[in-house]
Amino acid sequence: MNENLRSHIIELFKSDLRIDGRKLTQYRPITVETGVIKMAEGSARVKIGETEVIVGVKVELGKPYPDMPDAGTIMVGAELLPLSSPNFELGPPSIEAIELARVVDRGIRESKTLDFKKLCIKKGEQVWILLIDICTINDAGNLPDASSLAALAALRDMRFPKVNGDTVNYQEKTNKKLDLKNSPIAVTVVKIGDKLIVDPSTEEKEALDARLTVASLEDGTLCAMQKGGDTALTAEDISKMVDLGLEKGKELRKLL
Amino acid sequence: MGKLIIKEKEIAVPGELLAEGMDHLPGAGTYREGEMIVAGRLGLTYVDGRTIKLIPLSGVYIPKIRDIIICKVIDVSFSGWRLDTNGPYSAMLGMKDATSEYIARGADLTQYYDLEDYVVCGITNVTSQKLVDVTMKGPGLRKLTGGRVIEVDSNKVPRIIGKQGSMVTMVKQETDCSITVGQNGLVWILGKPANELLAIRTIRKIEKESHLSGLTDNIKKFLENEKSKLGGLK
Repeated sequence: MNENLRSHIIELFKSDLRIDGRKLTQYRPITVETGVIKMAEGSARVKIGETEVIVGVKVELGKPYPDMPDAGTIMVGAELLPLSSPNFELGPPSIEAIELARVVDRGIRESKTLDFKKLCIKKGEQVWILLIDICTINDAGNLPDASSLAALAALRDMRFPKVNGDTVNYQEKTNKKLDLKNSPIAVTVVKIGDKLIVDPSTEEKEALDARLTVASLEDGTLCAMQKGGDTALTAEDISKMVDLGLEKGKELRKLL
Repeated sequence: MGKLIIKEKEIAVPGELLAEGMDHLPGAGTYREGEMIVAGRLGLTYVDGRTIKLIPLSGVYIPKIRDIIICKVIDVSFSGWRLDTNGPYSAMLGMKDATSEYIARGADLTQYYDLEDYVVCGITNVTSQKLVDVTMKGPGLRKLTGGRVIEVDSNKVPRIIGKQGSMVTMVKQETDCSITVGQNGLVWILGKPANELLAIRTIRKIEKESHLSGLTDNIKKFLENEKSKLGGLK
């Protein structure tokens, strides 16, 4: 990290400004589009400033896990496309990609927004498996927030395909939607110096001391958290970050 | 008898036929293929006597001798520093050209320029294989401390600088910022927070509207408007 840039970022914080002119707790403009991929059962494109993410949901029939014979499941995968950032390369998923997928997965799974039992068709034999795939189109910082927002929008957009016996007819969609109980929203709060900011840009992401992704529900219930960065957080920091995460989560939820 | 196929100041795309016959000569951005002169890149055509040139509209920075560029240190070796020129070729800064100070044998070179530091340097030589040598000896050549570096299209740099530096001087005066523009498209800016942001917005506007006529007047008006919105400079 260029120390020069980091000290410049911290210097700007003193006048309540960020390197791109935003306030400390201000998001870049966000747009959410759904139904962007025809062949997917559900899809969404989310842009936060110049960051752009597409999420597609595919469903398939499969066998349930032996320990949960009456429950379907979800699988989240993230692909950091090399075209979206100079730091991403082809090959097996990087740590960053795995973390991104797991943060999104945990937000959805632990919020209990999806009743996995409703994805069961025949106990012990046949269940729906939802494959949620995240593709980064452009990384200008803050992929976790964009991805989890897009994943939720894609799940809301999803329609089940027609089933003939054991085969799925992907050409025809039914009107049956997923039953989503609530909307878990992830907000990444970043600590640089002694200030907390949301929606970090690429430069801020490189300069961060610590980050905490907070996934929460409408009523303020926390459903998942993920800490990153090299420095430790105090209990006070964490409670401030959670408060900020909840507050910003409400703003993001209005966009859906 | 040779034939000129394009008109002056027309947009040409790579591979486009510009002239036939041997009466014309290929200039910058064009090449000869048999009896034809063909465009090598996207640009505006410009006929200068018998020579056909292309003024590039896009593309990466290609190092040229005597250019003043802003570079990032990407490697420190035994005999000098390797710099990122914001283009496909990296540059070498030798110890002899780095500083007027005496550097003892085996000294730690990072105390002069460390990784990720930005420097303003001048290109002293570019070989046919595009090996680039740079120097830090010359007026205005220095290590950059503080401020920030932004990236612009290197083809728009002449418009950002303006005739005899008129445009950049105006932006500097109106925003009270220190600005250094590198030929390679990196621009270093230092000023008070709000002013710095205004300077960046202005440079982005110049970059976007560089092809329009009356650019200087537009930018002047823009700066006056923005300054009155901010309630003057702080």
